[in-house]
Amino acid sequence: MIDRDSPVTTDELHAYVDDMLPPDRRPAVEAWLATHPDDAAHVAQWRAQAEAIRAHYGAVAEEPTPDRFDLDRLAVGGRPWRAVALAGIAAALIGCVVGWLAHGASAGAPSAFEQFTAEALNAHKVYVVEVRHPIEVQAGEDHLLPWLSRRVGANLRAPNLESYSLKLMGGRLLPGLNGPAAMFMYETPAGERYTFYCSRSNTARTALRYNAAGDAAAVLWVEGDIGYVVSGPAERNRLLDIAQTAYQQMEARVPTRATENLPIARRGS
Amino acid sequence: MGGFRQGVEASVPALRRYARALTRDAELADDLVQDTLVRALRAEHLFHGGDIRSWLYTILTNLNRNRLRALARRPTMMAIDDNDAPDMAGPEAGGRDIERALATLVEDQRTALLLVVLEGLTYREVAEVQGVPIGTVMSRLARARMQIKDYLDGRRPPLRRVK
Repeated sequence: MIDRDSPVTTDELHAYVDDMLPPDRRPAVEAWLATHPDDAAHVAQWRAQAEAIRAHYGAVAEEPTPDRFDLDRLAVGGRPWRAVALAGIAAALIGCVVGWLAHGASAGAPSAFEQFTAEALNAHKVYVVEVRHPIEVQAGEDHLLPWLSRRVGANLRAPNLESYSLKLMGGRLLPGLNGPAAMFMYETPAGERYTFYCSRSNTARTALRYNAAGDAAAVLWVEGDIGYVVSGPAERNRLLDIAQTAYQQMEARVPTRATENLPIARRGS
Repeated sequence: MGGFRQGVEASVPALRRYARALTRDAELADDLVQDTLVRALRAEHLFHGGDIRSWLYTILTNLNRNRLRALARRPTMMAIDDNDAPDMAGPEAGGRDIERALATLVEDQRTALLLVVLEGLTYREVAEVQGVPIGTVMSRLARARMQIKDYLDGRRPPLRRVK
C-alpha cells in the first residue's frame, strides 16, 4: 500500500471513503487514485462494504419504535427496569411471543435468553410428566434449599405460590448452561404442574419475558447473576401472574451477588 | 430538562439500528437498547451537555462489551451453517454475507466500523466513544475493512474445512 512519505496516506483513503477528508485534500487523493489502481480498488471495496452494511441494517431505524422504549415508562421509580418488568408485561407478551415464534425462521443463533429459557423449558417438559420420580428431594426435607443453594452458588428460595393452589412438591439438581441449576416443582390439587428454575446467568438483567413452546410456556427474568424461569401450561395470563408473584418474592431479598464464592451461611437452618 | 428527554427519544431508532448490527440479533439488540435507555435516564445528572447521541452510543457500546465478556466465560454453540462458505446466490445473499463478515470481526473493530459507516460518527467521536486515540480508531477501521474483504473474497481463516 502507501509509503509513509507518499503524498496520500492510508488514513486519507479511509477519510475519502467516509466523507471526512478535508475538501482541500480531495484533488490530491483523487489524482492519486487515478494513477494507483490497487488503492482505487480498495476504495471501491470499502465503499461497497459500507453500502452493504447500510442496505442491510438501515431499515431498522425506520421501524416504528416499540412501546417498550417509552421513556416515561422506563423512567418510573427508583429502579426503572422494575417498573418495566411489572408494567411492561403487555409489551413483553407481544414482543416475546412474536420473537419466540419467529425464532424458528430467524437465521441468527439463539440469544442467551432464549438458550436459558429453552434449557429450563426442556427440564420442565422432561420432569413434569414423571409419575414416580418428578423430584429428587421432598419439600419437607430440611436440606432441600441449603443443598440446592450450595450447588447453584446463590441463596435460593422457593417462592410460596399457595395463592394459586400450587403446593411445593420439592426440587432437583440439573446441569445448566453456566453450571448447576435448581428446579422446584409445584402441583395443583388437579395435578397441574409448574416448575421454578434458577441458575447462574451471564446475561444482563431483564424484565419478565414470556415464551410459549407448544403446550408449555415459560417466563424468564434475570436479577443479579441469577436467571429465573417459571414454566407451566401455556396459559399466558395465569403464568404471568404466577411469575410476577414469584418475581416479587425474589425481589424482596438481598441481591445474590454477595453470596458469590461464599458457602451458604446458615446451612440447615 | 425536556431537551435531554427529547434528545434521548430521538436517538432510539439509531440506537436500535446500531445495536442490531452490533449483535445481529433483534431481541438481544433491543434488550441492549432498553438497558442503555434505563441507564441514560438514571444518569441524566451525569450528562453535562455535548452530543447526547455520542453519549448514548458510548453507554450501549460499553454494555455490549460487558455482555460479551460475560458470554466469553461459557462455551457457546454455533450452528454449523455459520461456518459454511458465503452464499453464492439468492436475493438475501448479499445481506447475509455482510452479516457473516461482520460476525468475523473483533468486537472493537466491528464497533469502530459500524459507528463510522452506519451511524455516521466522525473519527473523533468514535475515538471518544471507544476511549482510544484517533490513530487506534483508524487502525481498527483499516483492519475491519481488510478482514471483511478477505472474508468476502473467500480467504477464510485456516480452521475452515478441516478434512
